[in-house]
Amino acid sequence: MSSASGPRTGSEPGRRGGPLKKLADFFDDRTGYRAFVHEALYERVPGGARWRYVWGSTLVFAFITQVITGLVLWSSYSASAQTAWESVYYIQHEMAGGWLVRGLHHVMAQAMVVLLALHLMQVVIDGAYRAPREVNFWLGLILMKLVLGMALTGYLLPWDQKGYWATRVATNLAGLVPMIGPSLQQLVVGGPDYGHHTLTRFFALHAGFLPGTLIGFLVIHLILFRKHGLCAKQPLKKPDSMFWPDQVLKDVVAMLAVLAVVMGVILLPAVRAMVEGRPIVPGELGAELGAPADPSQPYAAARPEWYFLFLFQFLKVFEGWGANGEFLGAIVVPGAVLGMMFLMPLIGRWNLGHRFNVLFTFAILVGAGLLTGIALQEDYAALWADREAYADAEQLIEETQNDPEKIATALGNDETRLAEFQAKAHELEAIRRSEAFLSAVQQAEFDAHRAVELAGRPERIPPGGALELIRNDPLSQGPRLFAQHCASCHAHVDPTLEEAPAMLAASSAANLYGFGSAEWARGLLDPEAVVGPAYFGNTAHADGDMVSYVTDDMTDADTWSDEQIEAVVLALAAEAAVVSDESADVEGVDADRLEQGRALLADEERCGSCHHAGENETEIGYAPDLAGWGNREWLIGIISDPNHERFYPETNDRMPSFGVAEEGGVPALSAAEVGLLADWLRGDWYRGE
Amino acid sequence: MAKLVAMVGGGLATLTPVAAGVWMSLDPLRRKSAAATFLPIADVSSVPDDGMPRQFPVIADRTDAWTGFAAEPIGAVYLRREAGSDTVQAFTATCPHAGCFIELDQRDRCFRCPCHNSSFTLDGGIVSPSPSPRAMDTLECEVRDGRVSVKWENFYSGIEAKEARP
Repeated sequence: MSSASGPRTGSEPGRRGGPLKKLADFFDDRTGYRAFVHEALYERVPGGARWRYVWGSTLVFAFITQVITGLVLWSSYSASAQTAWESVYYIQHEMAGGWLVRGLHHVMAQAMVVLLALHLMQVVIDGAYRAPREVNFWLGLILMKLVLGMALTGYLLPWDQKGYWATRVATNLAGLVPMIGPSLQQLVVGGPDYGHHTLTRFFALHAGFLPGTLIGFLVIHLILFRKHGLCAKQPLKKPDSMFWPDQVLKDVVAMLAVLAVVMGVILLPAVRAMVEGRPIVPGELGAELGAPADPSQPYAAARPEWYFLFLFQFLKVFEGWGANGEFLGAIVVPGAVLGMMFLMPLIGRWNLGHRFNVLFTFAILVGAGLLTGIALQEDYAALWADREAYADAEQLIEETQNDPEKIATALGNDETRLAEFQAKAHELEAIRRSEAFLSAVQQAEFDAHRAVELAGRPERIPPGGALELIRNDPLSQGPRLFAQHCASCHAHVDPTLEEAPAMLAASSAANLYGFGSAEWARGLLDPEAVVGPAYFGNTAHADGDMVSYVTDDMTDADTWSDEQIEAVVLALAAEAAVVSDESADVEGVDADRLEQGRALLADEERCGSCHHAGENETEIGYAPDLAGWGNREWLIGIISDPNHERFYPETNDRMPSFGVAEEGGVPALSAAEVGLLADWLRGDWYRGE
Repeated sequence: MAKLVAMVGGGLATLTPVAAGVWMSLDPLRRKSAAATFLPIADVSSVPDDGMPRQFPVIADRTDAWTGFAAEPIGAVYLRREAGSDTVQAFTATCPHAGCFIELDQRDRCFRCPCHNSSFTLDGGIVSPSPSPRAMDTLECEVRDGRVSVKWENFYSGIEAKEARP
């Protein structure tokens, strides 16, 4: 190894000194550690210590950080489909310092990718791959692949939606490898489907095989580095110096800089919260945790980690190439680039070849950077797009249902206008895609936040895992079920919102926002509102008895005073006892007024002439039963079977019976789903603090 | 001779645990996904008959290694009926390109994959140019007594041929 010329510290004969020195001598005699330490520290640095040599050391530092934080995470992580998300949730949101350790691990992994790129660039620019360092360059490339492999496998381990869907894509791509692809994929996934064994295998790769192999290669990499000595950048500008302390000092400064950046990324949201005067939630610092993986729940925000985004975008380049495109984009081109890098030491033997290598590396990095930029641009385009400029094109598409012939006619078959429109339509589609992505991201954030809120309930996570919590949560499932089954007729929109009128006009059944609340009942009994689109305006009931009663009888101040109507409103709200409605709190309202309202409801001269309510004798069947109106059981009943005699046996407009099926059939909604919908409509879901 | 014996002996000694390890690691290759069976999806009446597809969850018992799940959503299908027709078309929601979850764009009357922008027509046809190598994967579909069942299968992605996974 190096010809050491530093101060000598090895063991000398004639031992003197205190007991500590004696102990040190004892060990040195038996291990020779002083010579070893000496050799490690007193490496000659030709031309003196320089900043450009720090990248390798920062990588070693980053790796050591990963090992330390990784081992601690390991001690709290549980790799199975029912415990992975749950244990990571516990680390992130409940364990002391969990957010910091996980944040360090997560952000340092990203720093490592950046440092790898810098290290590679420095080595290529300096021509440090040339003889006799070819093998060490190849080892470096292998180390790079190992690090990227750890990044890829680590992404899945939290078993959240993000990691799950990104991994599905990545493993599907592995299936494209010729001949062995399908088997390879099945081996990696641990079976035909994603589950326990995908996690156990990815975890074994992430925490065992890959880092184990990496350590082995890293040791050889460092030994060879020492064997060849530092590849000094010519011309040497200063006299030679020693690795210790000159270069080490620079290395340490660089490591601290890396750490500062990493900590900065972790703590930035905390600083922002502080500035904005919001409380700092440690669980929201550091690494994200999405909602638990759900194979049956689409995840439109699926994207790889940012440093793989260029590969993701690269696949889009091959649009229209068919199967060859994906094979080229995912296997051939990346493989060729890597192959090219392995050839660099050979190509670099010639001066021209070296220049080519530098250029090639830059081209790859710039290309990757560009692709990353395009990927981000495509996803976030809607944020800075001028939506107004596309209003006319959008309107035309809507009016013609995107029928090319109709569009051509509408534009008077004018070629220039048509071309103009097509260009606009193309851009519009890109913006819409971006909008869809952004709203998917928003939904993903909502789901993630909700999952954490549910997991933090005093009842804790059930043995079946957090997914059970989500699937049984009205707030998570209600909007999805409503969108799928109800929204083609019913609106569910806060009437005070700006976009409400348009949405209500487009609906063909009552607005169910706040159904069962006093506010909702008040609208029902309002002569203007009841004929509007938020109630019966767009339904067959617009000409029904209820509407005419509200518009004719109830507007007669002699029969119905405002006070009486308000009492009925209170009585109805009390029947529904909707969770989110404070006026439904029976104890909070005047007991006498409530009694008055109930009496009016049951009064066979008034509501009770059609409706069964309270103790009255009116038979059910003509108008919906008001006993228990809007409560959970009532809602479940009407969603399941609106044709039931309690609701609209004769006058049901168009509503399907969602909860009943013909003999032996499958109902459109299961009992559990109907219950979730009812609870959601009533605002009955778990609320965190 | 001593060298040979040492090498062979040492090799054998190491190879035994390696072979055992490889044997176990290859276990996933023996695992088959649940045999493609017809699963009840919905009543035909809940499939709109205006050519607009509708998404339905696929519910089935599922095993994941040692865990058995009873009646769990294992995926999703799109069912579609042409106007006035009783014939139901079924598509899996899994994108043939890279396996993401295809979404229905009601406004633009087409299917879209949110990952790499593959688009498909409402009858599953490919909208060119597309990153996807083939049209949406149809599933065998049976309508009996007004009820729709679908033969649930997974297909290899990224290749031109529609090939079911074993």
